[in-house]
Amino acid sequence: MALLTFKGGIHPDDGKSLAKDKAIVDVKPKGDLVYPVSQHIGAPANPIVAVGDQVLKGQMIAEAGGFVSAPIYASVSGTVKAIAPHLNPTGGTVNSIVIENDGEYKEVEYPAVKPVDEMSKEDILNAIGNAGIVGMGGAGFPTRVKLSPKEPDKIDYIIANCAECEPYITADYRTMIETPEKLVEGMKIVLKLFDNAKGLFGVEDNKPDCIAKLKELTKDDPRLEVLPLKTKYPQGGERQLIYATTGRAINSAMLPADAGCVVDNVATLVSIYQAVAEGKPSMERVVTVSGDAVNEPGNFRVPFGMNQAELVEAAGGFKTEPEKLISGGPMMGFAMFSLDVPVTKTSSSILGFTKDEVAKYEPTACINCGRCVDACPSRLIPSRLADYAEHHNEEAFTKHEGLECMECGSCSFVCPAKRQLKQAIGSMRKIALANRKKK
Amino acid sequence: MSENNFKLSSSPHIRDKVTSGNIMLMVVIALLPASAFGVYNFGIPALIVLISTTVSAVLTEYVYEKLMHKKVTINDWSAVVTGLLLGLNMPASAPWWMGALGSVFAILIIKQLFGGLGQNFMNPALGARCFLLISFAGPMTRFVYDGVTGPTPLAVLKDGGSVDSMKMLIGTIPGTIGETSVIAIIIGAIFLILLGIIDLRIPGTYIVTFVIFIGIFGPFTKAHAGFFDPQYITAQLCGGGLMLGAWFMATDYVTSPITKKGQYVYGILLGVLTGLFRLFGGSAEGVSYAIIISNLLVPLIERVTLPKPFGKGGEK
Repeated sequence: MALLTFKGGIHPDDGKSLAKDKAIVDVKPKGDLVYPVSQHIGAPANPIVAVGDQVLKGQMIAEAGGFVSAPIYASVSGTVKAIAPHLNPTGGTVNSIVIENDGEYKEVEYPAVKPVDEMSKEDILNAIGNAGIVGMGGAGFPTRVKLSPKEPDKIDYIIANCAECEPYITADYRTMIETPEKLVEGMKIVLKLFDNAKGLFGVEDNKPDCIAKLKELTKDDPRLEVLPLKTKYPQGGERQLIYATTGRAINSAMLPADAGCVVDNVATLVSIYQAVAEGKPSMERVVTVSGDAVNEPGNFRVPFGMNQAELVEAAGGFKTEPEKLISGGPMMGFAMFSLDVPVTKTSSSILGFTKDEVAKYEPTACINCGRCVDACPSRLIPSRLADYAEHHNEEAFTKHEGLECMECGSCSFVCPAKRQLKQAIGSMRKIALANRKKK
Repeated sequence: MSENNFKLSSSPHIRDKVTSGNIMLMVVIALLPASAFGVYNFGIPALIVLISTTVSAVLTEYVYEKLMHKKVTINDWSAVVTGLLLGLNMPASAPWWMGALGSVFAILIIKQLFGGLGQNFMNPALGARCFLLISFAGPMTRFVYDGVTGPTPLAVLKDGGSVDSMKMLIGTIPGTIGETSVIAIIIGAIFLILLGIIDLRIPGTYIVTFVIFIGIFGPFTKAHAGFFDPQYITAQLCGGGLMLGAWFMATDYVTSPITKKGQYVYGILLGVLTGLFRLFGGSAEGVSYAIIISNLLVPLIERVTLPKPFGKGGEK
C-alpha cells in the first residue's frame, strides 16, 4: 500500500541521528526560573503571586487571563524574585515571573484525582484547562479550548501528531519510545470527550520502532488506529496531517473541527494524561538539544522556566561558538541572539549550528524553475507571491491566495536562487491579515 | 559568550544545496554530447562557431554589467548556456562573426535590456537565431555536408523525397551543429531528467502532440505519407531542431510556464505550431518559431492555469 501523504513537501537531511538514540535525561535547574505570562495564543495569564512570596513546585503562579488562555505553574520551589519583562525565545520581551530556585523541589500536595472512568466530560476538560496545557508542538493554542468545539458529536477523528517532521528534533520520538503508554492513555482520555471519534496516530515511517510499539499498545482497541505516513516535511503540518490521515482538506479559513478533526501532538497528549490521570499540572517538557555545535546532543526533560544556557550546559556546552542558534526546528524555528531565555511550553528544541546556511548564500534572480511550486504543500506559486510581496501589491497577493500560505519554509529551502521567499510572503501575509481585520 | 555573534534570519534556517549556477552548469554538461558530435560531424568550423557564440555571450554579459555597474553574473553559467545553444542552432558554415553578433543580440537585447536573468520573455538563443535567420537568410540556411551544399533531410522529406532514418538518428546528416544527432541529444536529456532538472511534462506533451498532428495532417502534404506512417513520423521526429528544441529550449525555465497545467498547455501549443509550420509553412523548419511564439503566450497560459490551493480543491 502506498504510504499516506500529501502533495508537495521536501526532503531535507533530517539530522536526527545526532540525538535519536539518546534517552531522555532529567535536568534540574540551578539558576533562576523565568515564566513568561504569555506562552500561549490568547490572553496573557495574570500573576497571582507577589515578589517575596514563597512558592512550591506545582503551585499556580499565574491564572488564566480569559477563556482562551492558560494558567502557569511553578516548576521548582523557591522565592518570587521579580515580576518584570524578560527576553523570550522568539526575540520579544514578555512580562515574566522570576523565581529564585531553592534547590529543594518541595512539591505541593496534589488533590486526589478521581479514576478517569468516573470522570465526566466536564471534569476532564476542567482538569486539562486547570493544568495549563497548551499545544506543545509550537503554536501553543490552549488545549482546553481546542477540545471544546461547538459540536463535539461531529468530531470523527482525534489525530495524534506523531510525525515530528522537523529535522533534528527527537523529543517526541524519545517520548514515544520510552513512554508510549502515556501517549495512548492521553488519547483515550481525549476520546472520552468525543463519543463518535476514532483516535488516529499519524507516525512518519522513519520511526518504525514507534509504529510497532503503538500498534502493539492499540491492537485491542477498535477506536484506535496507527497510520504510518511517508517521511516528508511538513507531514506534521496540521492541514497536511489531517489530509494524509483522513483525506479531508481544510484551508486557512477553516479549523480542523470544521472537517471533524482535532489534532494534538505527542507532548500535549502526554501532558493530558499527566493532568487527568495523575493530577499534575503542565510543568515540564522534553527538549532536544542538538546541532553540530553541541558537544553531547540529547533529549532532556526540562522544567518550564529553566534558562536555555543552563540547558545547553547540560548537553555538554558548545564545541565551538555556534554561528546560529535556533529555538525550535530548522524549518520553522526562531533564530536567537541570546541564550538567556527560558524554556517555555512550546520549546521543542535548541539547535546550535557552527555554520549558518542562510548567510552562506547570496540571493540571486529567480529563474522561474518552479521548484517552489513543486514543494509548496499549500499548492501556491511562492515565487510569484514573493514578487507581489516585494512590490507591496497586496491585492495581487491576496488574489493569488497568499493568505493560504502556512509559512512552512519549503519554498525557501528548495529555491536554487536562494531567495527569501517565505520571509517575503510571511511579511505580506501579516500585513494582509491585519488589513482584513480592520475591514 | 558574546551575544552579538549569532546570526539572525527568518526561518527556514537550512537550504538545499542546489543553486542556479549548479543547474546551468549541468545544462552545459548535458549539451556536451551534442556539441562534441557536432564538431565530429562538421569539423573545425563547427568548433569555431561554438567558441565564438559562447565566448561572445559571456563577454557581452560581462561588459554590459560592468558598464552598467551591476553585479557581474557570468559565474552563474547562464550566458554560457545561451551562447552554446545559439551555436548549436547555427550551421557550421556560418562565419564566426555572425555567431558573435547573434550572441550580442541574445544577451544584450533579449536578456539584459529586459532586466537580466529571469526577466527575458523569450528564449535568448532562439530569439537570436531568428534574428540571424531574418538578417542573413542565405548563410543561415546553407548547409554544407562533406563539402557539398545540399538540403537537409527535413527539406527532402517536405518535397516528397525519401530519407535515411538511421543516419538521422545517429546524426551523420546536414543540419545545424547541434541538432543532427538524436542520440547525443537524448543522452544529455536523460542526464538532466535523472538530476531532476527537467521533467517530461513539456517535452513529452510537445512530442506527442507533434506526432498526432503530423500523423493526421502529413498525408495532406507533398510527402504523401499515409495516416500515422511510422517511417514518416520517425523522420519528422529525428529531423530538424525538434529534439534539441523539445529537450533543451522548450524546457528553458525562464520562458516556459511555472504552473503544471500550463506546462501541458504549452507543450500542446508547441506541438501544434511546430506541425503547422513544418507541414504548411514556407520552410521545412518550424521549431524555433514555434518556441518563441509560445514563449510570448506564456503569461496568458499561466493566467488561465493557476493552481487551486490546498483546501480549495488543489490538495488532490
